[in-house]
Parts: sequence; C-alpha cells; structure tokens
Amino acid sequence: MKTLKLLASTAVGAALMVGASAPSFADGHAKELTIVSWGGAYTKSQVEAYHKPYIEKTGTKINSEDYNGGIAEIKAQVEAGNVSWDIVDVELSDAIRACDEGLLETIDHSTLPAGADGTPATEDFIKGTLYDCAVANIVWSTIFAYDSSKISDGPKTMADFFDLKKFPGKRGLRKGAKVNLEFALIADGVAAADVYKILATPEGVDRAFAKLDTIKSDVVWWEAGAQPPQLLADGEVTMTTAYNGRIFNAVAGEGKPFEIVWDGQVWDLDLWVIPKGAKNKDAALDFLKFSTATEQLAKQASWISYGPARKSSASLVGKYHNKDIDMGPQMPTDPSNLTNAVQNNFEFWADNADQLNERFNAWLAK
Amino acid sequence: MTDATLSGMDNAAQRAGADKKALLAADGTPLKQKLARTTRRMKFNAFMLTLPLVLFLLVSFVFPIGEMLVRSVYNPTGSNVVPQFAKAIQDWDENEGIPSEELIEIFVKDLATAAKNREVGKTVGNLATRINYEIPGSRSLFTKTARKVRRLEEGPYKEALFEIDKKWENPNIWRTLKRVTRDYTLSFYLAATDRKFDPDGSIVRADELYQIYLPILWKTIWLSALITALCFIIAYPVSYLLATLPLRTSNLLMIMVLLPFWTSLLVRTSAWIAMLQKEGIINNILVYLGLIGNEHRIQMIYNATGTVIAMVHILLPFMILPLYSVMKTIPPTYMRAARSMGASGTYAFTKVYFPQTIPGIAAGTLLVFILAIGYYITPALVGGNDGLLISNLIAGHIQRSLNWSLAAALGTILLVVVLTLYWVYNRLVGVDNLKFG
Repeated sequence: MKTLKLLASTAVGAALMVGASAPSFADGHAKELTIVSWGGAYTKSQVEAYHKPYIEKTGTKINSEDYNGGIAEIKAQVEAGNVSWDIVDVELSDAIRACDEGLLETIDHSTLPAGADGTPATEDFIKGTLYDCAVANIVWSTIFAYDSSKISDGPKTMADFFDLKKFPGKRGLRKGAKVNLEFALIADGVAAADVYKILATPEGVDRAFAKLDTIKSDVVWWEAGAQPPQLLADGEVTMTTAYNGRIFNAVAGEGKPFEIVWDGQVWDLDLWVIPKGAKNKDAALDFLKFSTATEQLAKQASWISYGPARKSSASLVGKYHNKDIDMGPQMPTDPSNLTNAVQNNFEFWADNADQLNERFNAWLAK
Repeated sequence: MTDATLSGMDNAAQRAGADKKALLAADGTPLKQKLARTTRRMKFNAFMLTLPLVLFLLVSFVFPIGEMLVRSVYNPTGSNVVPQFAKAIQDWDENEGIPSEELIEIFVKDLATAAKNREVGKTVGNLATRINYEIPGSRSLFTKTARKVRRLEEGPYKEALFEIDKKWENPNIWRTLKRVTRDYTLSFYLAATDRKFDPDGSIVRADELYQIYLPILWKTIWLSALITALCFIIAYPVSYLLATLPLRTSNLLMIMVLLPFWTSLLVRTSAWIAMLQKEGIINNILVYLGLIGNEHRIQMIYNATGTVIAMVHILLPFMILPLYSVMKTIPPTYMRAARSMGASGTYAFTKVYFPQTIPGIAAGTLLVFILAIGYYITPALVGGNDGLLISNLIAGHIQRSLNWSLAAALGTILLVVVLTLYWVYNRLVGVDNLKFG
C-alpha cells in the first residue's frame, strides 16, 4: 500500500515537473484556444506573427474571433460563469477597468520570458506597458488620413481636418467620445500636453463639443477598424480618422494612395488579457508569453505598422514582409511622428467615459 | 372551522335525512361525491397538460422580467464591497459634514480588505463604478485610495485619507456614499428620466446637454404611433381586397403578403439599405430620370425616415392578418342590403362595414404599436443617429457602458408604457373584442 502511494505521488510529482518545464505539453489532451481581437489587417498580423508559429510549435488549435472592443462580452461571460474566450486583445482603459472589477486573471510578470538580449521582462517592456492583469503587445495610434489622389495639396494639421472651407467634403470619425474630444481640442489650438487638463474642466468639454459641432453635419460615423479605409476607398469621405495600421496596410498591401497625417495623433496600447475562469487558462497564459516575446513582437511589426511593446524588439524591426518599405518611420512612436502627439490618458477615460459618452449620445441624437 | 362550513354540513345532513333515496354510484358512493372527484381529476389532468407551458413562461418570461425589475432598484454593491461601513454610515448625520474618526476607520479597513478581493461584484472597482454614476470622475479616487490604504497600519485614519487625496475633505463624497451604500436605490430610475440626486439628496433635472432618455422615449412613442398609422392606411385596403376578391386572386395576394413575412428580418432590412442608400436603386432611378441632380441624392436611410420605411414594411403583416380575419367574417350581403335600401356607398361603408372591422383594427394597431415600441434590430441597422429608439439605448447600456441597472430601469419604464397603453385600450375597446385571426 505504502509503495503504491509513494509511486503515485512520485508520478504526480514528475508530471508536475514536466508540466513546469514544458507548459505547452503539460495536459496531454489536444488543446484549443479562442483568441479574440479586432479583425481585419490587425488580426491578420497576429495570425502571421503569433498564431502560425504557435500552432507549429505546440499543435494547439486556434479559433480566431473578431470584436469591436469594449468589455461587455467579457463581463457577460464571467458573470454567467461560461467563459468561451480564452485571451482577448483590449485597449488600456478597458483592461484597467475590467481588472478593477475582478473580471480578469492576474498575470505574474516574473514568468514572462526575458528579452532576446537577456534583459528581464520587467525591464524589457516599455514603462507603463505591464499591468496586474494585462500585458501590452503593441503601441497603436488614432490618426487621420486622406486620399492623396483626390486632394493634391493635402491637409497638414489637425485644424485642417476640422476646416470644411479649406477642405470641403465628408469626414469619418469613430462613433464615441474618446479620441474625438482630444482631436477637437487640438484642432482648436490646445497644446498636446494640455489636452487632458483642459478636458477635465466643464468649459473644456464644452469647447470640444463646440468644435465638433462645426463639422457634425458632415460626419460619417464608423465603428469597426476596417471601416475607415473602406470609406476612403469608396469616396464616401474625403478624410477620416483611423487606426494608423489600417491605413498603412491599405497603402502597403493594396496600393491605395492614402496619406497619414501624424499631427495630433492620440496613441494608446493594446494588451492581452485573460478573462477570469477562461476554459483554457493555462494554454492562454502560455500563448500570451509566446506572443509577447521579442521575436514575435518584432515579426508582427513586419505585417502592420504598430510599435512593439518591448525595447528589445525595436532593433529587430525591419521592412514590410513583402515590400521594400522601412517599418520604423511608419510606427506611431517614431520621433518624427511624435512632434505633436497625445498619449491616451486611461485614467481620465476610466473616470469620465460614462458621463462623456452620455453627453456624446445626447449630442448625436439632436 | 368557519360558520359557513358548519352550516353547510348541517344542510347536507338535513338533506341526507330528508331524502334517504340519494343517488348512489355503482360502487355505493354518493353520485355527487363521485362526480366531484371525477371533475377534480379532469381539472388536474388539464392542468398537467398546460404545465410545460406554465413552466416555460415562468422560466423564460416571468423570471427574467422579475429579475429586471429587481435589478433596476436593488444594487447591493455598497454592502458587498464595504459591508461594515455600509451599515455604520446609515446612522451618520449628514449635516456633520465629515464623518468621525471611528467611521472613517471602518471605511479604511473595509476598503483595505476589499482591495485584496478579486471576486466579481465585490471589488473596489465595482464600488468605484457605482459611485462614478453619481459623481462622474470620482472613479479613480476610489481605486487610487484603495491601492494606498492597503499600506496603512494605524490611525489617525482621517488625516491619512485626506493626505491620499484632498477630495475626501468634500462632504458631498460622504453624503453620496451614504446614499449609494444602501441596497435599494431609485437613482437608476432618476437617471432613466434625465434626473439625478443632488449631493444633499433632493431630486433635480440633469443638465440639458446630458438629457437623452426622455427625448428618445417620446420619439420612440411618436415614431411607433406614426408607423402604426401608416401600417393601418396601407393595410386596410389590402385586407379588404384579400377578403373580397375571388379565391384564386386573393390566394395569390395572400402569398405576396406572407412571403416577406416568412423572409428573414435581416434580409428585409438589408434589402431596404440597398434600395434607399445614396448610391441605391431609388436614388439611381431618380437621377437617371433627371428628377434630381447627381450631387443632390436624397438621404433616405440612416435616419428616422429609414427607420419608419423599413419598420412599416416589416410590421405590415401584423396589421393585415387581424384585419383580414375580421373582414372575412363580414357577409357581403350586409353592404348589399344597405345599398338596396338607398344608402350611398360611403354611407354604407362608414355605417355598416367599418364598425364591424373595429375589433380587427384594434387588434392590428395594438399589435403593431407594441412590437414597434420595443423594436431593436431594424433601427440599429438603418436608424443612423436620429432614427434610434429607446431599445437601442438599452442595448448600448448592456453592451458598452455596462450599466445594467440603468438598462433595467429603462426596460421597466418601457414595460410600464406598454402596460398602460394596454390598460387604456382595454377601457376603450375591451380586450374581449380582440381578433387576432
């Protein structure tokens, strides 16, 4: 009897050790992962840089799902106790709020792999990209873009975007208060560094909405990231705000004559989070570690112009995967693009999103 | 035992005595008893047959609606996150301004415990979100303070709290906390009617720039009424034709009514997008005919017009079918009799035919109006910005802002509006007169 117990415990111990050293093969049965991201060119870049190498390495079956951001679905799944999403790509303010409300698994930063040059992960990740429940993969930005084949002497500043006299025609904007209010203030002459200070005052909010009023009747509202390049291509709008990677991919991948204006860009992070009680939590964590390693982040940057969250990836960023385009200058974080840029203030939006969206909706319905 | 049953037994005994020849069944029990037992068994069997339906209604209808009603007033976030404090602060006098050191100590200790809690519904983030509905912008005050009080070992807690953030010196935070930590609240109904609590507890209207729910509710009612009226105008002649044409023609017409009815809602809505959009079929035809210039294509979709057009089309069968079923039962001889006695066509119609169709009209309008007022998918697809209905706002709070309590309050208001209309309708027309076909 005793020997049997001893045998059993040794076996368990051995299994645990194997599990610790090779987490990807720990639980013998065929694994599945449901990975949720923003669709279109962005998901494509993740499939190429993360999913395909991961499938090759571990044999995991990956279901890729698209969504348009927000934490409603995560909340619904966690509260219903039926979590079908294993790992989700979210914006920073959403990651913070979901973590605060206990909807996410916490992630131990010390278990993240070190950089390719040996730097520990906690130092290798750019400051402000690691959180209790979230690990950043990329830096992205909301910019505005136009079709250079239709406007010869194109807009140069955010003020031009709001100038219907100089540049007549429809404008595309994301439906929601976030980023639009920042853009409006910058166009109204507020310095990038002061945007959130002014937006925190009632007068500042009034000022932003007054500026939006000047173009309201000419706005086409978009919701999914894939829409703006389409709106530009169809000639539905002459200029549109967009995620910089989407415009870049329309230019690099489809040869569209679009031009990005970096003035007044609002940059933000995308992060991986694991909903609490995810069915394949261990595999999700393993995938998270794999995909945010130096090499994977650098590889993603050859598919879409979003900046890697690791310092060690920067030197590996080269050219677009099938064209002779240097990716460095296409990144939101390139010094030449940062001359008049705002970092999205997640705390401001966590505090004020409810109220400002309410006002935005009331404003929209009028 | 009550007097009534006693006297009842007396009566029975008297009757039994008076009439010894009471009818007996084959097994010797009184026939009356036997009959009662059989009826009871049949009633029970009938009930068992309806049981699946009753259970289904309970699970899929009564329970969720009850849950919604509860959620709109019951929000125990306060007592979940800071249980001791939620109890203690209720005895605190709001006029004191700032609570005493003892009360603040309870608060700080509760908050420090909550800061370690990762259970959904019991985290500091949940409380912060709840407070943020009342005092916009105060969310980070709570999350930040919770992070810092974990390291607080001993008092004085009041000063420590003020050191973390000066906002704690504002009495309004504490007054709001007292109100918010009660389990039952009306604040979501206030928010749903564009009102709010002042820090001192009185009810005030929200700033005009933030008023959205009442205007949209009125718009929803107005658009639903318009849609119902348009449906009636279109459906009445169609139903008349259906009921009076020879069978072969009316069958063909009926198929034309039912075919769209059986087609997927999404397909029909998308078809309207293809028809009405700026580069769509109708605009193309108008431009081709030279009626409008290419630059002046008409905006017919992604606004209230688009919502009305698409919804009239989708809800039309719900008006036609009840009307048809009533018209079918009106014998054509009535009209002929009226005409033969000298009534003009209009007179015969208004005095003889029309009054007999009223149950159908009532059923059709009620059905269409109630369906329209809660409609979601069509306005979401073709409503743009000014064609949105209250249901779209409810969906927004479920899906995006995550304020489910507010969504529940809005849903309850919508339910009350429908029930009120049903009650008014019942007083005016009478539910017994309904003919749904």
